[in-house]
Amino acid sequence: MTGLTYLRYELRRTFRNRRFFVFSLGFPIALFFMIAGPNRHTHDFGGSGLSAPLYYMVGLSSFGTMMAMVSTGARIAGERQVGWTRQLRVTPLSSRDYLRAKVVTAYAMAGLSVASLYVSGAILGVSIPVGKWIQMTILIAIALLPFAALGIFLGHLLNVDAIGPATGGTVTVLAFISGTWFPVNSGFFHAVGQFVPSYWLVQAAHVPTNGQPWGTRGWADVLVWTAVLVGAAGYAYRRDTGRL
Amino acid sequence: MVGPGVVLEGLTKTWHGPGGPVAAVKGIDVSIPRGETVALLGPNGAGKSTTIDMLLGLARPDRGTVSVLGRAPGDAVAHGLVGAMLQAGALIRDLSVRELVTMFAGLYPNPLEVDDAMRLAGLDAVASQRTQKLSGGETQRVRFALALASNPELLVLDEPTVAMDVEARRGFWRAMREFASRGKTVLFATHYLDEADQNADRIVLMAQGRIVVDGPPTEVKARVGTRTIRATLPDVPAAELEQLPGVTAVTRHGASVTLVCSSSDEALRILLGRYPDARDLEVTGAGLEDAFVELTRDAA
Repeated sequence: MTGLTYLRYELRRTFRNRRFFVFSLGFPIALFFMIAGPNRHTHDFGGSGLSAPLYYMVGLSSFGTMMAMVSTGARIAGERQVGWTRQLRVTPLSSRDYLRAKVVTAYAMAGLSVASLYVSGAILGVSIPVGKWIQMTILIAIALLPFAALGIFLGHLLNVDAIGPATGGTVTVLAFISGTWFPVNSGFFHAVGQFVPSYWLVQAAHVPTNGQPWGTRGWADVLVWTAVLVGAAGYAYRRDTGRL
Repeated sequence: MVGPGVVLEGLTKTWHGPGGPVAAVKGIDVSIPRGETVALLGPNGAGKSTTIDMLLGLARPDRGTVSVLGRAPGDAVAHGLVGAMLQAGALIRDLSVRELVTMFAGLYPNPLEVDDAMRLAGLDAVASQRTQKLSGGETQRVRFALALASNPELLVLDEPTVAMDVEARRGFWRAMREFASRGKTVLFATHYLDEADQNADRIVLMAQGRIVVDGPPTEVKARVGTRTIRATLPDVPAAELEQLPGVTAVTRHGASVTLVCSSSDEALRILLGRYPDARDLEVTGAGLEDAFVELTRDAA
């Protein structure tokens, strides 16, 4: 049960980190009320067919959860810098248990982020049947798979100085072209956006209106990105630690 | 417990850095039976850390083999038989000292009681402190507690006392000897001859990637343990002082003389008896670095 012990303490120390609560939870909530609040009675926001609160509830969930997932990278880079990763390598903790703890912790943080945005959405009048909430949440969780791998990839690739700009920049650009801040329905960014996994994260918002927002294209995109980034994460981890 | 502890055979490792290849370890053979405490002594760049990395499975040897308690290094580590305090390194933050030790113990199949590890490492006073609030010496003690908590058959310590003050060092070595007395095998690296002499059954002296001496501390001390006596002693010819027992060489700068000794105790006794007006006496251990240079010149 060595892996579960490690996971339990990994969760505990992650949730003690105040910066996480400010940036991954507080920031998206504040933005949500600032942007969606004044537009709460807009029913077809920017031609998306969604109300402004629903749009931004999912849009900012996407931002918050992406941040939560890739922030794994910052923690890994920090642990590498102080020699902790090496220290763990001379324990019986297996690579699988180590990586599982990182992914589960990232999902736990993302879960908190989503839940806090859902509550915020409900406060501004977003009302969705329970089944649709669940379906939407499952799609968001699936669309976050590539980001779980991205965090591990960057964490084992970059040092502490580079990791902040790299993850912050990546998430900001992806959020922009994926329509997190405002709907991107046409043009260059729309064309590019459909190739990135975060686009489908934002599209999960369409569950309440049309039920199945992804289609074959979305599933294929998310799965291909997952496969590519899991491969990259595995490569970076092996190269960094010399483990197989 | 009798049986193979650590067996290194023909171990060789060259690092390839931006400055070109560096031959860190040039073919060493060491065999450590279970239950023995061995010091790996040598100056910086002797190859001690590289040897330890290979022993722990953190680095792959170019040639040669490593066997740890009859297993390959990675296998011994995976079975929780090895505890290590690596050179340098800090702790992860946002856990208390006790929580960190508890977590670490939880990774091993047969850990020490957390209280036992904390007491041995002298951490009772800081048990509830967050790890990011500790001093450098306290951090080192926590890292030692982590290595102990794993209750390993083989304890490996790479220059463990680097950030510790004198008192902390004394406590550290007392704890290490207590742990070793439980029948454990201990291998520690240091560049202090005194530490090796006082805490090891045997010293393996390395320099420039090779083993120069491998034997009991007395043997190693006889080879490298020269000391220097300095004194203010005008009007005595250097040639006369050179005749004193235990003295091998003398230099004079004005009123002060420097005596290089093979046995400083003996030389000092005679010196004081024969020259009562000798003042400002100072006895220092000769730089190990100098001794290493001598020894490797001999070996080459």
